[in-house]
Amino acid sequence: MIALTAISRIFTMGDQEVRALNNINLTIAPGAYVSVMGPSGSGKSTLLNLIGLLDQPTSGTYLLENIDVTSLSETDQARVRRERIGFIFQSFHLIPRLTAAENIELPLILDGIPSAERKKRVQAILQQTNLLERADHRPSELSGGQRQRVAIARATILNPAVLLADEPTGNLDHKTGAEVIALLENLHHQGTTIITVTHDREIGARAHRKIQMRDGEVVSDD
Amino acid sequence: MTRQDAFILSFRTVVSYRLRAILILLAMALGVAAVVVLTALGEGARRFVMNQFAALGTNLIIIIPGRSETAGGFIGALVGETPRDLTLDDAASLTALPGVRRFAPLNVGLSEISAGGLLREVTLAGSTASLIAIRRMRLAQGSFTADNGPNPAEAVLGAKIAHELFPQGNALGQRIRLGDRRFRVAGIFAMQGESMGINTDELVLIPIDHAQALFNTQSLFRIMVEAESRSAIEPTKKVIRAALKLRHDGEEDVTIIGQDAILATFDKILRALTLAVSGIAAISLAVAGILVMNVMLVAVSQRTTEIGLLKAIGATHTDIRNLFLLETLWLAVAGAVVGIILGYLGSLGLRLAYPQLPAYPPIWASLAAIATALVTGIAASILPASKAARLNPVLALSRR
Repeated sequence: MIALTAISRIFTMGDQEVRALNNINLTIAPGAYVSVMGPSGSGKSTLLNLIGLLDQPTSGTYLLENIDVTSLSETDQARVRRERIGFIFQSFHLIPRLTAAENIELPLILDGIPSAERKKRVQAILQQTNLLERADHRPSELSGGQRQRVAIARATILNPAVLLADEPTGNLDHKTGAEVIALLENLHHQGTTIITVTHDREIGARAHRKIQMRDGEVVSDD
Repeated sequence: MTRQDAFILSFRTVVSYRLRAILILLAMALGVAAVVVLTALGEGARRFVMNQFAALGTNLIIIIPGRSETAGGFIGALVGETPRDLTLDDAASLTALPGVRRFAPLNVGLSEISAGGLLREVTLAGSTASLIAIRRMRLAQGSFTADNGPNPAEAVLGAKIAHELFPQGNALGQRIRLGDRRFRVAGIFAMQGESMGINTDELVLIPIDHAQALFNTQSLFRIMVEAESRSAIEPTKKVIRAALKLRHDGEEDVTIIGQDAILATFDKILRALTLAVSGIAAISLAVAGILVMNVMLVAVSQRTTEIGLLKAIGATHTDIRNLFLLETLWLAVAGAVVGIILGYLGSLGLRLAYPQLPAYPPIWASLAAIATALVTGIAASILPASKAARLNPVLALSRR
């Protein structure tokens, strides 16, 4: 499903080179539930951005569903992000002027799906995530847990193969964080590959496969 | 993303930043309105002058004795260098020419007028009854029936002259003295005011034969000819030139000016003026364009995380660029529409304030203003939109 071979990502800061990822080899099977942990600056977010095609490796190859995605054109990469990958962020990144339903609808609009079909799908996912009565509220009128549920609904509405979560509970209290994790695990049971970057040991430990990173390298993987 | 969705999404963004939208729209609208109102003003001035010319009479051809090769020649011709006089017989020969509806020989000079012990100097015109028709003069009282002569000694007084000499208002039929000759007041001009430098209120008109005797000359000051139609002006000019050349022993010694030539010159000057003025107004549109660019650049940096997010959920460069381009397009279109409305209201206001000035904005100017608004709006948004499209999503999303 995901196969990273000899992946390096080097940033140049002034005249200094920073190796955010150093020769990473990683294979993730379809339907896996993976957590990536490590101290700040260990390269875990860079790894997630790379898998999510938001960033390009300096060297190495990345196969997603047996396609070398790093060699795709910008438009094709955008399509892969839209249809195969879902992103969840610590700070939710909802568009403040759009309602919950409209935020969830965005990927469908980008994918060119007709309006009637969009409304149907949004209704269905609102029901699944228990957000029906919040559909017409703007993000500022939602609680943190509700915002993250909207973000998850947005990330999964096109049924992606991989769901990438960057500190999904970082801005939530323990209880709502647990609810969000339960939602993600539910998606995992339906077959979605989940990769979570987190600082929270408890959440990290819940994953079936736990990857530890330090200084751009994988130090443990079990 | 479908085109329709892009339009809807960008429109909603415009509406959600209300103050920003209103300010940009206002800048655009004022630019467009300035173009419309200023061209209306220029066009109004042009039409005003054209109307003044038309009041001189239509389809006029003016024949002046003497010929000069330079454009300003007829002033020189006025002073002298006339090899041969333009005579009353020359004028009479025009009668049979094709294209000539009517003609009036003209002599003009200064003379003293006196009546009942009152005396003043007046501009004296000698001509025939045709002059009144050609120059669109109106008589308030009496009549003027002079032809090439001989004519009875009758005069038509300007309204102001008549009032000054005969304050009781009984001028008609009275005796006056012009120079050393006596005339009977046969008519009084209606008040017309000044038109193109000739004030009929202070003019005295007498038959041409008496004027020639009074000024002791055989030569005409000029002959005014009215052609049958506007299109007949040019052929008629040729016919007259040929006829007079024949009469003057094959010498082309008259200057013939068509009214359309003078009109065309004024038309050209005033059109250039209108264009210059609207060009200046268009600068305000360019300034509005720069304002739009500035505001859109601010919008891009304000919405950096949003752009990053759109990329993360699969928007292409093209999608993002189009969204920002369309956002400006909406503003430009709305600005143009509001500007046109303001411009037409402004022109209406001008017409109400100055009823003599036909300040109608020309269609081309309105279209040009709209086009300029759209082009500057789009041009101004290209840089911000491509900046947005090129944003690095990782950096964009890491910002708070």
